[in-house]
Amino acid sequence: MPRKLSNPFTTSSSMSQPDRPGERRLSFKGNRLTQFFSSPKPKEQPSAQQSLLSMQQQQSSPHITAPTISLPTISLSTATAGELNSEEPPTTLFQPPSDAEATKQRRFETQFGPLLSPSHRYVSVHTGEPLEAPIEDEPPYYYVLTTYISYLILIFCGHARDFFGKRFGNKQYYRTLKAQNGYAPLNDDFDNFYVRRLKTRLDDCFARPTTGVPGRYITLMDRKSDDFNRTYQLTGTYTETLNMSSYNYLGFAQSEGPCADAVEECVRKYGLGFASPRADSGTSDLTLEVEREIAQFVGKPAAMVFSMGFVTNAGSFPALVSKGCLILSDELNHASIRIGARLSGAVIRSFKHNDVTDLEKKLREAIAQGQPRTHRPWKKILVAIEGLYSMEGTMCDLPNILALKRKYKFFLYVDEAHSIGAVGPKGRGVCDYFGVDPAEVDILMGTLTKSFGANGGYVAADKHIIDKLRSTNAATLLGESPAPAVLMQILSSLKIITGELIPGQGEERLQRITFNSRYIRLGLKRLGFIVYGHDDSPIIPLMLYHPAKIAAFSHEMLKRKISVVVVGYPATPLISSRARFCVSSAHNKDDMDRLLAACDEVGDILQLKFSTGVAGGLEPLPEGVTPDMEKEWRKANGLEGVIKPPRWKLEDVIARGVEDAKVRLR
Amino acid sequence: MDLHEVQSQLVDWLSEASYQFQKVPGSAVLIRYVRSSYQNDPVRSAIELILVIFFIRYLLSPSYSTSKQNFIKLTEDEIDELVDEWVPEPLVSPQTSLEEIESEKLPILVGPTGPKSKLANGKTVTNLASYNFYNLNANEQIKEKAIQTLRTYGVGPCGPPQFYGTQDVHMKTEADIASYLGTEGCIVYAQAFSTISSVIPAFCKRGDVIIADRAVNYSIRKGLEVSRSNIKWYNHGDMQDLERVMQKVVQEQARKKLTRRFIVTEALFEATGDISDLPKLIELKEKYKFRIILDETWSFGVLGRTGRGLTEAQNVDPTQLDMIVGSLAGPLCAGGGFCAGPKDVVEHQRISAASYTFSAALPAMLAMIASESLNVLQSNPEILLQCRENIKAMRGQLDPRSDWVMCTSAPENPIMVLVLKPEVVKARRLAVEDQERLLQECVDESLANGVLITRLKGMPVSTSNGLKDGIWIVQPALKVCVTSGLSKKEIEKAGTTIRHAITKVMTRKTNNKLGLPSA
Repeated sequence: MPRKLSNPFTTSSSMSQPDRPGERRLSFKGNRLTQFFSSPKPKEQPSAQQSLLSMQQQQSSPHITAPTISLPTISLSTATAGELNSEEPPTTLFQPPSDAEATKQRRFETQFGPLLSPSHRYVSVHTGEPLEAPIEDEPPYYYVLTTYISYLILIFCGHARDFFGKRFGNKQYYRTLKAQNGYAPLNDDFDNFYVRRLKTRLDDCFARPTTGVPGRYITLMDRKSDDFNRTYQLTGTYTETLNMSSYNYLGFAQSEGPCADAVEECVRKYGLGFASPRADSGTSDLTLEVEREIAQFVGKPAAMVFSMGFVTNAGSFPALVSKGCLILSDELNHASIRIGARLSGAVIRSFKHNDVTDLEKKLREAIAQGQPRTHRPWKKILVAIEGLYSMEGTMCDLPNILALKRKYKFFLYVDEAHSIGAVGPKGRGVCDYFGVDPAEVDILMGTLTKSFGANGGYVAADKHIIDKLRSTNAATLLGESPAPAVLMQILSSLKIITGELIPGQGEERLQRITFNSRYIRLGLKRLGFIVYGHDDSPIIPLMLYHPAKIAAFSHEMLKRKISVVVVGYPATPLISSRARFCVSSAHNKDDMDRLLAACDEVGDILQLKFSTGVAGGLEPLPEGVTPDMEKEWRKANGLEGVIKPPRWKLEDVIARGVEDAKVRLR
Repeated sequence: MDLHEVQSQLVDWLSEASYQFQKVPGSAVLIRYVRSSYQNDPVRSAIELILVIFFIRYLLSPSYSTSKQNFIKLTEDEIDELVDEWVPEPLVSPQTSLEEIESEKLPILVGPTGPKSKLANGKTVTNLASYNFYNLNANEQIKEKAIQTLRTYGVGPCGPPQFYGTQDVHMKTEADIASYLGTEGCIVYAQAFSTISSVIPAFCKRGDVIIADRAVNYSIRKGLEVSRSNIKWYNHGDMQDLERVMQKVVQEQARKKLTRRFIVTEALFEATGDISDLPKLIELKEKYKFRIILDETWSFGVLGRTGRGLTEAQNVDPTQLDMIVGSLAGPLCAGGGFCAGPKDVVEHQRISAASYTFSAALPAMLAMIASESLNVLQSNPEILLQCRENIKAMRGQLDPRSDWVMCTSAPENPIMVLVLKPEVVKARRLAVEDQERLLQECVDESLANGVLITRLKGMPVSTSNGLKDGIWIVQPALKVCVTSGLSKKEIEKAGTTIRHAITKVMTRKTNNKLGLPSA
């Protein structure tokens, strides 16, 4: 589907429309919320929600419901994996829409973009070859050096400002650092230095207030700061930006459509909350239903849900391991795993990120040496990994870790916070992606915040494990139970993914996110950026290195109405600051092209194109040369070891992107 | 090759090397320095050389590792053998019998929670086990607001607050809570249970001193454990003991660097239901320069004329407290927790509280429900009065009238914690497990008669070293949660049912024998 794209900012007409402040403004008075609904929800089409509720009550055979009229282009393109390349135009039903319909449609599309061509899909599945660690390209030494120098300058300036500020500056700013009438300072001067002197400079790139649905587009509330990011004032205006920041992998962040309808029905039926922990009277039929569905979805006999993803990890480790046990944790594991591990009382060691050899070495040493000092054998060893690492975009090397597991008899805990829903031909996480039997993994944990557009987390395992966890996990006994609305969002989105509800839509969402991820990753590599992560992963970190570029990149993207997440130290190593794009099924190719065009411009302005080509983005092979023949061809033409840094033109990237994203990326 | 050829080759290399060496900037200085020092004192040159070699070796040696001290070198075969032999324990131990009974008897609600709830077995029972004190769950006005929010924001915010997860609804809720309580600022967390476990370590670091009540709840204990601070305990509710501990801390630290000091306590205690003496706490805090972290999880929305909590009930200015932590998930029927306090305190948490930074934000709907529920409480304080009437009615049926149990809760606390009377425990020699089993029977008996109550869930006390001397054995208890959704008559009837159920269980023959000496 070649598209002319000289100026990508005009192609997606829906986004470039100016905001209508009267419609979008959210005042702090709750009762004005009603004016949001320019088009009242039609009451005559509750088919999806009715079927969902009746299904849940009677467990009847899955209905095939007609999709609501407002989403024809999406739900009717039910091409399956086999028909990926068929060029059939999408079936459309509608006549020229009325005004109200058009507004509604536009509103829908700001949350979930229409698929532009059935060819923009790709099945997320592992090819079967051993998973290679993605090659991490490195910038020229000049950039590394200047990055360090930048930090030195920042630290120097920070100390200088502190020195004078504490003596002559505004007392108020240093209040928390000084002892006051007998109270020790609230913050440690040293601990607080980074936040005070470095983070404050880029603080306006973080915690930007938003309103509305974090779908395909996200509406930011504009703010300004007159005192160098110490305080902000909302200007009262709004900017609708392309959302590359939310973990809305499958695009279920929607306020319209079957999920929202089901949730509304559920709130009317179940009320607001259960007002009780699970162990008292917070367990309802709905909770159990969701747990059953999740267990079935991830392929485990039983599951339990929690009201917060962070606590799922933080509470599960103490319930599983204790003193005398060993936790081997990937060095890049999420903070919640680290806190959970610390609370458990077990010994914690870490191994190099995704490095199976290092893990084996650590395992052999642990088993051979036993517990420190006493040399008693470990009671048990728990290896904790993540399915998809949120800062690197890498996937765990599950097949090889499982091979180790068979030999070394450790227990495996996989945190699928980012991978559930986002990878695998059926969206069932890393096990699905690698074609591994989920029974081989002991504990599958995941969050429901991301792909499902809800909130909370789950743990899935064998029945006896879950039964025990129910009575030992503090978050179940004492923590609040998930709200009915959240449960219904999980249930309905899960049923869409499995195809039980609106068959075809779930599959479309799964294939769109993988296509989008591959397309954008390939495009960025071809433009010359250093990009981390595995090809199929929807998390795409783009390396920035310099601390000053963190803020600059975020601002430049915001100018182009794209909201991105930028991360720097301490979330990443000191020098590898990065921007992170989270791709979603709600995006379509126009959005991807818009992002590529913006990155291309910003990359030139900020000098971000440093890639050497070792990590991909190379020129395509000439006609008649297949990837298998590449080596011989290079030999024959004397091109061995010659790698040209990729610096493609945007037009070429877009012209070839769709085709090349669907073959092995190079 | 002849000797002289080798020699000349060597000379060539040497001259080449010295030529190259001279090209290095600063080499002349070095040579001059070595020469002059050698002329004067060859011993000094030798020592310097040794120092240089030592320095290089030190730089190249691997970093110091403690685990290797006790390391036994084994061959690969031996390790393989050990690997083959090693049999790990199962991942989880089997359920204990009490746990099995508990999970079997877990009540499952069908449909909404409310004063009358339908259970999965088809029975409709009086629900006195949920914190739905004001039955806001059934409030149509709040429901409508929730649905409107759903239609504007969807369900999940799909990201942590720092990355585009902060929505205007959250900011509104934070502002609402702050103005309701009368503090400078407020921060909303995504779950109440984990709020205080994150708030404590955000401020208390290694070397700081925390004095905590012995009866504090599980979340606080976890927070204390993570903080790695120096933790001291005072006897539950004993202000004199607190003062003694404070004096001790102040004395110990008199000549040391000033460290942060905190008092951590609950307003209404989860384990016992009784109330803290806030004015006295404030007095002590000011006297000995401590900061207070007050957990209002069970008192926010409960105590005071409009439900502002302990500060309102005991007429204390909330700005005198440093941190007020509370829950939005209980009587407010929303979800999430909050920490209110001065602006500096709040802003600091936004980057350093783990469960705020590393977790997705609270769903917009739940934030909106919290705001609306507060609004309802503020505008209709009479529902609090109605609830208190019901508490009185329930207490009248249970505390003085029952021969077996007594209520340790404060009179305003809708959660009535009922423990077996000390004389009963003593006469029958009931161990903690026996009491738990008996109380579970009471719960079952009462449920059989149509009243759903629950037991206090005691969590295993942490084994961590820092907290060992803070062990507090929670006395098993029944929990009866009073709600304003029932009429006084219904409450009295339910109270009678519970009382009779307890009497029935306690006078059962099998249970009577239990405590008798075996000989």
